[in-house]
This record gives sequence, C-alpha cells and structure tokens, in this order.
Amino acid sequence: MTYETIARIAQQGGLIYFGLIFLAGCAYALWPTNRDVFMHAARLPLEEEDL
Amino acid sequence: MNRVSGSNETGSLSGSILLACTVLRGLMFAFAAAATDDPLYRFQALIVVAAAVVGGFALNAAMAAGLLVNDQSKYMDGVVKAGVIATMFWGAVGMLVGVVIAAQLSFPELLYFPEVGWLNFGRLRPLHTSGVIFAFGGNALICTSFYVVQRTCRARLFGGVLPWFVFWGYQLFIVLAATGYLAGITQSKEYAEPEWMTDLWLTIVWVAYLFTFLGTIWKRKEPHIYVANWFYLAFIVTVALLHIVNNLALPVDLLNHRSYSLFSGVQDALTQWWYGHNAVGFFLTAGFLAMMYYFVPKRVGRPVYSYRLSIVHFWALIFIYIWAGPHHLHYTALPQWAQTLGMTFSIMLWMPSWGGMINGLMTLSGAWDKLRTDPVVRMMVVAIAFYGMSTFEGPVMSIRAVNALSHYTDWTIGHVHSGALGWVGFITFGAVYCLVPWLWKKDRLYSDKLVEWHFWIATTGLVLYICAMWVSGIMEGLMWREYTPQGFLAWSFIETVSAKHVENIIRTLGGAMFLSGTLIMIYNLWRTVRLPSVDTSDALAAPLPAAA
Repeated sequence: MTYETIARIAQQGGLIYFGLIFLAGCAYALWPTNRDVFMHAARLPLEEEDL
Repeated sequence: MNRVSGSNETGSLSGSILLACTVLRGLMFAFAAAATDDPLYRFQALIVVAAAVVGGFALNAAMAAGLLVNDQSKYMDGVVKAGVIATMFWGAVGMLVGVVIAAQLSFPELLYFPEVGWLNFGRLRPLHTSGVIFAFGGNALICTSFYVVQRTCRARLFGGVLPWFVFWGYQLFIVLAATGYLAGITQSKEYAEPEWMTDLWLTIVWVAYLFTFLGTIWKRKEPHIYVANWFYLAFIVTVALLHIVNNLALPVDLLNHRSYSLFSGVQDALTQWWYGHNAVGFFLTAGFLAMMYYFVPKRVGRPVYSYRLSIVHFWALIFIYIWAGPHHLHYTALPQWAQTLGMTFSIMLWMPSWGGMINGLMTLSGAWDKLRTDPVVRMMVVAIAFYGMSTFEGPVMSIRAVNALSHYTDWTIGHVHSGALGWVGFITFGAVYCLVPWLWKKDRLYSDKLVEWHFWIATTGLVLYICAMWVSGIMEGLMWREYTPQGFLAWSFIETVSAKHVENIIRTLGGAMFLSGTLIMIYNLWRTVRLPSVDTSDALAAPLPAAA
C-alpha cells in the first residue's frame, strides 16, 4: 500500500465519515420525538436542585 | 439510615486504600531519592515524599475525625469549595508571573538576572502558561464540573474519597510541574513541558477524574445527560488521550528526570500541535462551554436558548477541532495537503464556535436588563463576546497567507490572550462569583460595586493588551519581510525587537490591570465568605427523592 493510497483513503473516507456523523447529530437533534426531552433538558439548571 | 451507614463504610474503605497508596508512593520515592545520582530527579522525588507525608497524616486525621463521611443524601461540596480557593490562588500566581515576564520583555536591562537561572524568561514563561491554563483553568474546570455534574444528575459525586484524591493529586501535579520548570526540567513541548514522571502522575490523577465523573453520571437520577456534562466529558476524555499520546517517551533511566520522545522530526511536530491545538479546543473551549451552559442559564433564570443547537454544535465542535492542529505548521516539512487540511478545518470551526456563542448570548433573551443590573452577568456576556471574537480571529490566522504574516509575531500572543483572558478568564470569574455565595450559603456577594471595579479594570487592561499586541505583531511581521532595493532584509532581528518597546510596556500595564481585577475579586470573595450565612438547614436536611 503506497503513501498516496493511504492519503486518498484518509481524505475521502474521512469526508464520508464526517458527513455521516454530522447528519446523525442533526437527525438526533431534530428528531420530533426528542422535542419534549430537549424542552425539559433546556430547563435543567433552573430546577430545584437540592438532593 | 442503612444507606447512610453503608456508604460511610465505602467512604472509609476508599480512604484506607488511598492512605495505603500514599504511604507506598512516599516510600517508593524516598528510596528513589536516595538511589538517584540526578539532583533534579532527587529534588522532584523529595517533593513527592513531602506530599506523601503531609497528605498521609492529613488523610489519617480526617478519617479519625470522621470527616470523610460519604452521606449519599447530600451533595459533596467540600471538594468544590477547595477547588474554588485553589482556582483563585493559582489564578493570582499565574497572572502575577505573566506580569513579571511582560515586565522583563519591557525592561530587559533592569529585569534580566544572568546569575539567577530560575528567574530567566525561559523558565518563568512555562510557569506562567501552565499556571494560568492548567492551575487556574484546570482547577476551575475540575471544581465547576464537580458542582455541575452533581446538580444536573441529582447525585452525589461517585467514588468516596476519590474526588479529594483528584483535587490534591492535581495540586501535586501543579507543584511538581512548576518547581520543575524553575529548576530547569522541561521536555521542550509547548504546554506539555513536564517530564515523564510528572506526566505519569497526571495520567493517574486524570483517570481518577474520569472515573469520578463517569461514575456520577452512571448513578444519576435525572434520565437525560445535560449538555454541560457532554462538554465536560469530551474535555476529560480528549485531554486524557492528548496527554498520553503526546507524552509517549522513553526515560533515559528510571532514576533520571530526562526522557526522549517516541516521535521525531515532522511526526513529533504534528503530534505536538495535534496536542497543542486540542489543548485549546478541549481544555480551553469545550470545558468552559460546559461552564457557560450551566452558569449562564442559572444566573439569568432562562432556559438554554436552543437545546438542539447545543447538540449540533457540540458534535460539530468536537469532530472538527481535532483536525485543526496542522495550522500551527504552515510552511514546514509537513505535507502541503495536511497543512491545507488543518487550515480548512480551522475555518469550518467558525460554525460550531459561533453556534455556541449565539446560544450563550441568546439565552439572555427576555433578560437583557440583567446586563445593566447584574455585573456578574455582564462579565459572562463579555466572556461569550470574546469567545466569538477570538474564534473568529483564530480561523483567519490559520489561513496560510495570513499566517505568513502573523506566525511567530505578537499577534499570536494577543490572539491567545483575547481567548484566555477574555473568554476563559471572564467566564471563570462569572462562574466563581456565582459559586461562592451558593457554596458558602450567602444570599449575596459582599459587594457588587467591587465586581463593577473588577469588570472595568480587567476589561480595560484586556483591551490595552490585545490592541498593543495587534500593533506590535503586525509591525514586526511586516518588518521581518521587508527587503531593501538591493535584495537584503531591511531590518536586523534586534531592530524589530526594539521597535516593540512601547507596545511591550502597554502590554505589561494591561496585564497588571487584569491582575489587579483578580486581586479585587479575591478580596470581594473573602469578604463574602465572612458574611453571616443564610439559614438553609431545611434544604440541607431534605431527604433523597427516591427514599422519600
């Protein structure tokens, strides 16, 4: 395996990998059923905090 | 009741294990100090022995007095208080050393002591950088993470006496690193100067920190893991990885302080700047964003502006930052495509960085009046503004053509300080101003007026600092590349140094002002702690939700 081959795999594979990770992150953030979880989570620091 | 007594045993068990380890480590290093013929190694080993003796006796006394009670119905706040004190102490020390070395650059004929090696710029400079980044920033991150993870998980810190080990172990790391720099111990890697034995110690402490944090998340009662904890966890995990890989080295001898890196040449440079830039990305960014995501909503009484944005910018930030390091190596032996990759990823960082900035600022929606009425909120908002500014400037400087002018100049120093003083410093000050009344059960700070003074003195000092460095940096960059019509360099190096004299003095003044603000803050916090406490005994005695 030459240096050029490894470099090409790293560059193109990396592009696909990052694209997929980013899409997965967006999907998780925008998934409709997660809406209520995130609405609640955004208020977590404000809620009563004693154990 | 069973739960409490059961966990008491866990507390004393972890205390006993820690005591045994401390004694063993003390003995081991006593033998090492006796056996070595390397005076610098002996010096460091004796510090470890002293720490083991003091720590051992203190731990034994604490166990005998029943101070290590691990009551699961309460948050563990003692270690957070200790962390706040350490943060402010090391902050003052680190910034003071910064002012000293700035003065050395301004008045070299007055403040250069060739016969006193440990006072030289070369030894004091890593003391300053490590002092403010790792001692001040690190303690701030550890103590706020311990506070935030407990509140957002509704669980006491995991591990019995482990959080205390993390705290004191980290202080020992700081002392070993700092005294080592002064004595002349360095492996010459920027922001990773400590030698192999100190690196190994930090690895142990950091893994204990990771266990404490993960264990607390594991036993959480709140089903969702709050976004601040994601950022803290990314910071802890990545710093562990960076620290271990960049410090892979072979010691000359187990009784010698010196070692040789496993990497050499351009691989060494790339590993170092993969580490170096991610120290910025994960230590100085992700960790402090975690602080922002807890203390800003809490202080202004508003929910996070967009929780969805926080998720998207979190994943984008951590996946992009890790590739930005090669922008430190433009025009070097590093392959051109790798330099371009580092530059491209740096520019892509605009998006997640500004995502965080917008999310932090917009959390004030509906509470903008607090900017006028609450100086602590103003401090945090200015911190976020500086975060936005320095993460805009950074990608610009990573562009190869811009870097050709900015690299090695004071522009870089100014950029770093707008991030470190403006973002990291101010968000920490804001968080600590919040924490001290909460932890010591006071209904207010001693003086809001003094917070105002701190804010304005520090902000003015900061603006003086970064403006002076823009001017001197761009000036020296232009002077270095100026040619005469005959094709010779127009300026000798020392002429470019002399040209910066006035800017150096302004920078020293700005730094001294920033330090003065910190000292005012310490006084204000000290007086706050001495205020009469508000009665919170009912709240403290509240039972666990699960048990009730």
